[in-house]
Amino acid sequence: MHTGGFPWLTVLIFLPLAGAGALFLVKETHARAMALVITVADFLLALPLWWLFDSSSSHMQFVEHVQWITSPPIHYSLGVDGISLPLVLMTALLMPLCVLISWESITTRVRTFMSVLLVMEGAMIGVFIALDFVLFYVFWEAMLIPMYLLIGVWGGPNRLYAAMKFFLYTLVGSMLLLVAVLVLYFYGGHTFDILALSQVTYPASLQMWLFWAFFAAFAVKVPMFPFHTWLPDAHVEAPTAGSVILASVLLKMGAYGFVRFSLPMLPDASRMMTPLMAALSITAIIYGAYMALAQVDLKKLIAYSSVSHMGFVTLGLFVMNQEGIEGAVMQMVNHGITTGALFLCVGMIYDRTHSRLISDNAGLAKPMPRYATFFVIFTLSSLGLPGTNSFVGEFLVLVGTFLWSKAATAIASLGIILAAVYLLYMVQRIAFGVPSPRELPRLQDIGHRESGTLVPLVVLVFWIGLFPNPLVSRMHASVTKTLETMARARVAPTSHPSATHRPPVLLTATGESQAGRP
Amino acid sequence: MTSYGSDLIVILPELIVVAAACLVFVLDPLTPHSRKELLAWLSLGSLALCIGLTGGQISVLNLRLPAFSDLVVVDGYARFWKLLLYGVTGLTILMSLPYLKAEGLHLGEYYGFILLALSGMMVMVSGADLLTIYLGTELMSLSLYVMAGLKRASPRSLEASAKYFVLGAFSSGLLLYGISLLYGLTGSTRLSAIADALGTKGFDDPLLLIATILLTVGFGFKLAVVPFHMWTPDVYQGAPTAVTAFMAVASKAASFAAFLRVFVEGLGGLRADWSNLFVVLCVITLVLGNVVAIVQTNIKRMLAYSSIAHAGYALIGLVAAGRAAGESGGTSGIASVMLYLAFYAFMTLGAFAVIAMFRKGGLEGEDIDDYAGLAKRQPVAALMMLVFMVSLAGIPPTAGFLGKFYVFMAAVEAGLSWLAAVALIFAAVSAYYYMRVVMLMYMREPEAGVIDSPRLVTSPALSIVLACAVAGVILLGLYPNPVVSLALQSVLMLR
Repeated sequence: MHTGGFPWLTVLIFLPLAGAGALFLVKETHARAMALVITVADFLLALPLWWLFDSSSSHMQFVEHVQWITSPPIHYSLGVDGISLPLVLMTALLMPLCVLISWESITTRVRTFMSVLLVMEGAMIGVFIALDFVLFYVFWEAMLIPMYLLIGVWGGPNRLYAAMKFFLYTLVGSMLLLVAVLVLYFYGGHTFDILALSQVTYPASLQMWLFWAFFAAFAVKVPMFPFHTWLPDAHVEAPTAGSVILASVLLKMGAYGFVRFSLPMLPDASRMMTPLMAALSITAIIYGAYMALAQVDLKKLIAYSSVSHMGFVTLGLFVMNQEGIEGAVMQMVNHGITTGALFLCVGMIYDRTHSRLISDNAGLAKPMPRYATFFVIFTLSSLGLPGTNSFVGEFLVLVGTFLWSKAATAIASLGIILAAVYLLYMVQRIAFGVPSPRELPRLQDIGHRESGTLVPLVVLVFWIGLFPNPLVSRMHASVTKTLETMARARVAPTSHPSATHRPPVLLTATGESQAGRP
Repeated sequence: MTSYGSDLIVILPELIVVAAACLVFVLDPLTPHSRKELLAWLSLGSLALCIGLTGGQISVLNLRLPAFSDLVVVDGYARFWKLLLYGVTGLTILMSLPYLKAEGLHLGEYYGFILLALSGMMVMVSGADLLTIYLGTELMSLSLYVMAGLKRASPRSLEASAKYFVLGAFSSGLLLYGISLLYGLTGSTRLSAIADALGTKGFDDPLLLIATILLTVGFGFKLAVVPFHMWTPDVYQGAPTAVTAFMAVASKAASFAAFLRVFVEGLGGLRADWSNLFVVLCVITLVLGNVVAIVQTNIKRMLAYSSIAHAGYALIGLVAAGRAAGESGGTSGIASVMLYLAFYAFMTLGAFAVIAMFRKGGLEGEDIDDYAGLAKRQPVAALMMLVFMVSLAGIPPTAGFLGKFYVFMAAVEAGLSWLAAVALIFAAVSAYYYMRVVMLMYMREPEAGVIDSPRLVTSPALSIVLACAVAGVILLGLYPNPVVSLALQSVLMLR
């Protein structure tokens, strides 16, 4: 499935990376404009993939496959399917918005900031499209340092603590992932090829170990219930662009890891762990919602709402049926759009009042009508109002959960009600409360730059909410294939890896022709 | 007698280095004080010659040239290490030039001692006989004792030298004791003969165990693995920074090279025993090195503990080689140690080069807190330090990540996944203290009110060192293939 022509995916990764270096060749004052140009260009280059993508095919598309390290055989191997395509597009869309929102709020070391953003973009897109496990790991880890700098250099007063906490939490998880990758290499026929490794049936006990190693890396990133404590800290201290990236893209990587690696590679362990994972997810849904209820800080509130919403994602993934997984991927994209937008909104108000407390920012509908409109739309989207994007994803997840367990569905649905409670309570105070006279003079409505930041997201909220089909149809084949991969492994749960589904062993440079990659 | 001629050709690089060292010692009194750098250029010239000689044989890596009836051997393995050592020595000399001037220590003998130490290391990596290896170790150590005490006015430096000497001499004694026991048991000091004798004799002699332990202790001191690491922090802190860099990289690499050769070529038959022993050393080294590094306030001490921890990571490769199944001959384990130290060389040298150029009121800026706000004042240097710290922490896309990757890969291949997991957890711990430096540089403001704020003294020579180190860390992290294939071709085989 090689498109043969233009190396779309390589360009998507390396344009921002090259741009990050090139920023140091221009004047500090031009850094913003240049970063905007680069991120917009990257988005425009990502956009054609939407139409060029063949949604009837479950194969990886736009594949690029080059030997990178000869011994052991590690490949520079890229490709997208229906699961990664929406995530890549979402990332590429959000980055120009992150540049825009930082236009005036970042005043120190602007050039370095923009360059760090661009490095992040390259690494994040790389995570979603890497088809070699080591390459994936390199991108996955390479994100840590720029994110660490983003929080630690340009963050709030308690940024050092938050940055280090984020860094260490995610690093410990990733380290166990590396061990799992190496173990897979030796059990999976001496290859790091993600697709080949997904065809191997691993012994049940090994699957269990690997599952927990994967879990350590992915659950921290999602974050799943007991490992979520870094998130509120990181969100509160990060600059707006950092919060948006964290919420919209970084959290998706954990969920992406589950659907790309845990489910297809370790189907038996995943099936065995379903009750536990579902229980953790539902706990996250309810617990996150309750925590959100109690927050007085806007960013913290949205951070806990993320914990709750990401609970739906992991719930959908682990009920392991078509509706659940499709809903989960939808929810990943929707959460990226909606929560990203909410963080943008919080950033805008913080630029004006320098406070994130709800009480300091009450009653904005009068002085800032345009802002309040956007804010209400995104809030309604976040609580899953029909007609907005989040409804589609959460509905699908709940349908999938219903097929698995009615009781679980009932409890998880409570999360939606609680979301309505905390979000409406928030919007009631922010938009329609009584403004504090102290803040009123500072409240200018949002200008063109800020409106421009939010408009694309509003469009997406309604477009996905009203016409989810183009998105669902693109991921349909890939989700079906994921489920088939899982079912196929189930046929022979006890058979040795060498039996039937063993991929060609890629030991030598010549033996890696990989004709007809699945 | 006729064979001596060809023997001398085999050890020509060693002869060149020794001759250059003697030349430096002779020329030193004749050189006016302002022209001492000529001696440095002379030393670099001899290194260039050696690189040409050894590098010229790179195409015939498998060529094994024994000399002096098997006392020394120049094989691919020796060539790999020698090339590494030339590079490290060359960069150390370049680093020393401005550093010694700034410290007011610009002595000609210094370059002589560096070359003598190098020749000792070259003998170590080429030694095929325990006595040759011992001689090489002593030549290296004696030169390093002197170099550590180079700052004669500083009590720290003198203490470092004295401590290093006493403990080093003690460990040499243990090494020699082990060698003599092995000689008594096997009737030879030649590694190949020892391997043959052990192969037939069986391994149940308790004396053999004692000999193995004594050798381990002796080498353990040189490698600075726990619990033989006590000297390291004091010596690393007290010695002049350029010398510390040299000890942390070159001396460690050469000691590992000899250590591997002795245990693989000589005591390969005992691999089940020594790999058990090394597992214990490895785990306590990782734990202690990484945990104690966290609380250090002096950056040289911190890097001393970090170098202890890195010896622990490299040791994993040897354990894996000992445990690996017979068919692979432990190749990947031994190659991983070679790669680890090669990658480690660049990042450690680079970190020490940054420290060497960092000065505060005429003194070296050694407090970690001095690095606060460095990114504002010296963005390029801070970025370089960031790269070295990230690489030391083992985060991709740097060479440090690949070094760990190969070591852990060997461990998993040998069925030691648990060891890899433990080591990786402690790699995460290590990230804390490396990232603390990054945090200070990028996220803290320099302390206000300090009149004599720390600054960096740059010079062309140091810039070359830093450029080489950064290029090595990043390029090897992105494209390690040449070095990997070199290591795989020149690896020792466990029999």
